[in-house]
Amino acid sequence: MKRFFAQCYIWLLLVVLYAPIVFIAVFSFTESKVLGNWTGFSTKLYTNLFTGDMQGSGSLMSAIQNTLLIALVAASISTLIGTIAAIGIHNMKGRGKQAITFLNNIPMLNPDIITGVSLFLLFVFLHISQGYTTVILAHITFCTPYVVLSVLPKLTQMNPNIYEAALDLGATPFYALRKVLLPILKPGMVSGFILAFTMSLDDFAVTFFTRGTIGLDTLSTYIYTDARKGGLTPELRPMITILFVGILALLIIINLRKARAAEKANAK
Amino acid sequence: MTKRSTWALPYAIFLVLFVALPLILIMFYAFRDAGGDFTFGNFVKFFTDKDAIETFALSLEVAIENTGICILLGYPAAWILANKKLNKSAVTIVLFIMPMWINALMRTLATAELFNVLGFQLGKGTLLAGMVYDYLPFMIYPIYNILEKMDKSYAEAASDLGATPWQVFWKVQVPLSMPGVISGIMMVFMPTVSTFAISEFLTNNKIKLFGTIIQENINSGMWNYGAALSLVMLVIIGITSLLQDSKKNLNEGRV
Repeated sequence: MKRFFAQCYIWLLLVVLYAPIVFIAVFSFTESKVLGNWTGFSTKLYTNLFTGDMQGSGSLMSAIQNTLLIALVAASISTLIGTIAAIGIHNMKGRGKQAITFLNNIPMLNPDIITGVSLFLLFVFLHISQGYTTVILAHITFCTPYVVLSVLPKLTQMNPNIYEAALDLGATPFYALRKVLLPILKPGMVSGFILAFTMSLDDFAVTFFTRGTIGLDTLSTYIYTDARKGGLTPELRPMITILFVGILALLIIINLRKARAAEKANAK
Repeated sequence: MTKRSTWALPYAIFLVLFVALPLILIMFYAFRDAGGDFTFGNFVKFFTDKDAIETFALSLEVAIENTGICILLGYPAAWILANKKLNKSAVTIVLFIMPMWINALMRTLATAELFNVLGFQLGKGTLLAGMVYDYLPFMIYPIYNILEKMDKSYAEAASDLGATPWQVFWKVQVPLSMPGVISGIMMVFMPTVSTFAISEFLTNNKIKLFGTIIQENINSGMWNYGAALSLVMLVIIGITSLLQDSKKNLNEGRV
């Protein structure tokens, strides 16, 4: 009985939470310009989205490209800087370590709007004109701390003697770095990269303040401007639906795999 | 390995340039007028502007209410999800976490459109409801995490010693799960108090929150006033994170 009520509560909450997305998904299969007005089943919005046969499709496509490009570049650079920094931080002691850890925590604690405004003021102060470069720099700023925090635990868990042993056996420092240190750090780097990538994809506020006035749009800023112009472009409905279903499938697969792996480990 | 500590140097310089300096610049601009002279004028303007103060108070109120509602709805959900007897499915927790992976603007837009179609008057009610939609997963997840890892033997020991289930819940499980609740509060309160686009969508620009005022001032070239408002927000954020730190120390001290 208790279990029944508990399940009811959980599913009620889920139904309410998912109602808006389901609503968008349902109405992505009708042609009506106005949301909530069902004019018969149609996949026209999907075809429009993929063939680019819609108003302002060029800017939507370039917004999607920008989003992916910025996320890829920012996440890659963050992973590189963050990993090198983590190795350095791991070998530091005392005040210096405290100071750098403190600074590293700030972008994670700061609300997006503060990060955005403060970087905006930096670029204004340094007279740097804003565009792609400033957006990417800004994204690196808030992504790198997550990489550092993903890689650091791998270093603390590592047995330091392994690296020393490689050197004693005649490996050059660079060879030992590549063959010993890197494989140990790799899982941390991968999860750091994924975190950084999704943080960058998700960002709105920081991009909004650092993109300048050259008309650079990411998906978030595109949607923001589009919605403020009065209502969502109908073609965004299938796009939101596709993104949603894609992420849902990915997460369920990852989690089921994890659960299965855990079961196997338990069986042993 | 000792020389490796220098590897952190480039990142240290990067942090000073892109994290420390920008924050110092907020302070710098906040205490200047448009001509670049030192002034307290921006703060005088804020504290004497009735609209700005009211917006500020409303933002705090909405953030506190949203956080409260998220705890009330989220704690039971996290508790059920973490309880193997009540919930066997691994998929439900994924369903609760997933919205965290979807762009907040998109989710908010979908919510606002649904409210619109259902004929709800966009205003404070829809603002709060929409915020709960957006941030509930961020409350459930940290609480779920801590409840799931909690050592079950504490609860068993308490009931062996004669505690009623109700007592076990309030005297053992709730105090032990407090760190989860606190990180939930941080993950909900901070973004709510600083939000800007979300409130515009959910109220059709009828209600302004503090973040919107900052954005409007920065975008219209009033950097100094915008910086002063950002500094006020930084103080609020600072106070909130101090709360977290003191609680953390308390908990560590206890264990």
